[in-house]
Amino acid sequence: MKRTTLAGLVAVVAVIGSLSVHAQNNGLVTYDRILKAAAEPANWLSYKGTYSSQRYSTLAQVTPANVKTLESKWVLQNQVFGAWQANPIVVDGIMYLTERPNDVMAVDAKTGRMFWLYRWTPSPDSRVCCGANNRGVAILGDTLFMGTLDGHLIALDARNGKPLWNVTVADVKLAYSITLAPLIIKDKVVVGVGGGEFGIRGFIAAFDPKTGKEAWRFNAIPGPGEKGHDTWKDDHWKSGGGSVWVTGSYDPDLNLTYWGIGNPGPDWNPFQRPGDNLYTDSVVALDADTGELKWHFQFTPNDGYDYDSVQVPVLADINFRGTPTKVMMWANRNGYFYVLDRRTGKFLVGEPFVKVNWSSGLDPNGRPIPTRQPAGMPTYPGNQGGTNWYPPSFSPRTGLFYFSAWENYGTIYRPEESTYQPGRNFSGGGFTVVTPVPGAPSVGIGRRGPINNWTDEVGNGAVMAMDPQTGKAKWKATQFDVTDGGMLTTASDLLFTGGREGYFHALDARTGELLWKASLGGQIVMAPVTFQVDGKQYVSVISGSALFTFGLRDN
Amino acid sequence: MSSFQRLSATAACALALVGLAGSPAAAQPAADHQYTSADIEAGSRLYANQCTLCHGPNGDAVNGIDLRRGIFRRSVSDDDLSRVITTGIAAAGMPGFKFQPTELTAVLAFIRAGFDPSGTAVKVGNPDRGKTLFAGKGSCATCHRVSGTGPRSAPDLSDVGAIRTPSALQRSLLDPTSAMLPINRPVRAVTKDGRTIRGRRLNEDTYTVQLLDDQERLVSLTKSDLRTYELGKTSPMPSASKSLSADEVADLVAYLLTLKGL
Repeated sequence: MKRTTLAGLVAVVAVIGSLSVHAQNNGLVTYDRILKAAAEPANWLSYKGTYSSQRYSTLAQVTPANVKTLESKWVLQNQVFGAWQANPIVVDGIMYLTERPNDVMAVDAKTGRMFWLYRWTPSPDSRVCCGANNRGVAILGDTLFMGTLDGHLIALDARNGKPLWNVTVADVKLAYSITLAPLIIKDKVVVGVGGGEFGIRGFIAAFDPKTGKEAWRFNAIPGPGEKGHDTWKDDHWKSGGGSVWVTGSYDPDLNLTYWGIGNPGPDWNPFQRPGDNLYTDSVVALDADTGELKWHFQFTPNDGYDYDSVQVPVLADINFRGTPTKVMMWANRNGYFYVLDRRTGKFLVGEPFVKVNWSSGLDPNGRPIPTRQPAGMPTYPGNQGGTNWYPPSFSPRTGLFYFSAWENYGTIYRPEESTYQPGRNFSGGGFTVVTPVPGAPSVGIGRRGPINNWTDEVGNGAVMAMDPQTGKAKWKATQFDVTDGGMLTTASDLLFTGGREGYFHALDARTGELLWKASLGGQIVMAPVTFQVDGKQYVSVISGSALFTFGLRDN
Repeated sequence: MSSFQRLSATAACALALVGLAGSPAAAQPAADHQYTSADIEAGSRLYANQCTLCHGPNGDAVNGIDLRRGIFRRSVSDDDLSRVITTGIAAAGMPGFKFQPTELTAVLAFIRAGFDPSGTAVKVGNPDRGKTLFAGKGSCATCHRVSGTGPRSAPDLSDVGAIRTPSALQRSLLDPTSAMLPINRPVRAVTKDGRTIRGRRLNEDTYTVQLLDDQERLVSLTKSDLRTYELGKTSPMPSASKSLSADEVADLVAYLLTLKGL
């Protein structure tokens, strides 16, 4: 009896101790916490971790020396199938994550047990080109924000998953969707819209987190009177595409928010929409308070290859060739790696990281010199690009930028005239992947199955470590299949990433040497996150239809 | 440069082949065993005028039939198709068409080209004669297995008629090396302890490869345990162009097309 009481007492003390750590911030995520997210590495407060989008954590319990003792701590199985591209966020021991199409879950980050599940059923009118994806939630205070496949923005109570408000951002009947994780800036929730294969007119918009009322909007395709409209002829701007389906970044000192803009519509027929087609395939720098355009840089003018510039803008303050510089690093779907001065958008570096033949190089301003291939001839990189949405990482310790590339992958484009019909596919033709034998299996969006019968002869994956000083790879680590894996680096110089084959790797961030791997069996199409609960570091990654959380073996 | 796997034979092979793969399927020169691109082109116009009403623009509007993909109710050979087109199938409501011989050839060419005016259309002969050739003069059964009979060293062909087009089959017969699917490249591996393993690749990833070895065993190898890992660039299969006539090749194609699996 006495012993039982004692044991009970110990247990109560332990629970209170644990609770007090969790409750330190009372789960409330103020803007100040998001701003200083790098200073609390125990949490992963937004899609990319911090505003700079470096996906670099100062957690260093897991090291090259002990990484081999990582073991699975818990697994969250899911019943929904298809590519699981979401990135969880972790707040004071609670993990919030989404699953397709629009489920939100609150999970104990230490055990994987679920607190609540919210399920939004998107309208059957929802149209997306490439899967019912959702890439995650944002948090401000104790409210979560999720964009939906049918173009809504929903605010949820983070404690119980109940909706607080639900607004329509864009018309689902015109094939607008939201698949990205929202970005919180000060007192605003910022989202962009998908639908680049359906002739939408893309935009980025900011909303009041209390009410859902729209605060500002930036049109990715400028209309009459807006700067850049003269890069469109006739009425093509009305169905000009410019989707925004990956979360942007923010520089609080410059008060600029940076977003990548998607492909022009129709995708594969540039002849149908003469002009540069701004701001498609560009990065735009917007005033975070007003949405006003401060500068832009276009990677691929008049794109005919679906080279969305929907990559995460990675910001860093580095010593660039002897001068302290605020840079933005960008491995683009078009096959070039860029370094820009993020104050002005000035072009600093641009080098191909895979075979590129749609352009013979970049001029001194970074504008590509086009070399369109003759009809029926292969274009490199192919339609899925030299890279794509897979979140990259930058380690301030190594000074290297890490991302997933597709090498030796080309496609043959077939441009055709397309007629815009509201909400219908507006792609301007098609393409085929170059294969060694006509009709042989090839790669596409997502893995086609557990038997790789397409082989690396249609393209292979690689983790590349780019030196922003030169635009050249310091090292690369190849994979047999192509990869959509995102990156995570840590202060112990570990690089975590996965790939379509279902391997989860830990590499030496300085050399690319493989230090540890786990075969998880399902495609990894997101970027791992790391966090700490009760003093212990964890690394989470989604493979197939399950989320795995690893920690060091307990002694 | 570091690599997850340091064996680069595959990568080198891939580079060479991807480089070669660029040329598109442009208009093909006429060969004995093929229809001409002019036939296919003419057939596309005839089809649009005469056949689309019932069979649809994609050839799949009649239940159980997909002309573009070579799925018919009864017909196998080109002769069968000609007969159906010419005489019709009264019970199914299909009229007979009074085509000139050249027009009939053109419609067949368009169907056999998979409705692709820039594609390749091959002649499809008599499946019964093809079956005899498969076991006999063609020596196919020496390596290939069909419906549980025959060796497993080459790919099992039990369902090849369901998964490959006539033109792909013909190409495999005439030019096995250039038609070899990458996954089928023969493997030669030498383990660090000196064992040599030969076989046909079934699956591969960054760290491992699965194959059927020359003793017909399922083998999984870890690349880091290997001293050598090589993929053959040449198909072990001899070309039928030396041993068989164009008509015999057409017969073999016809037989292979009947193999639809279970």
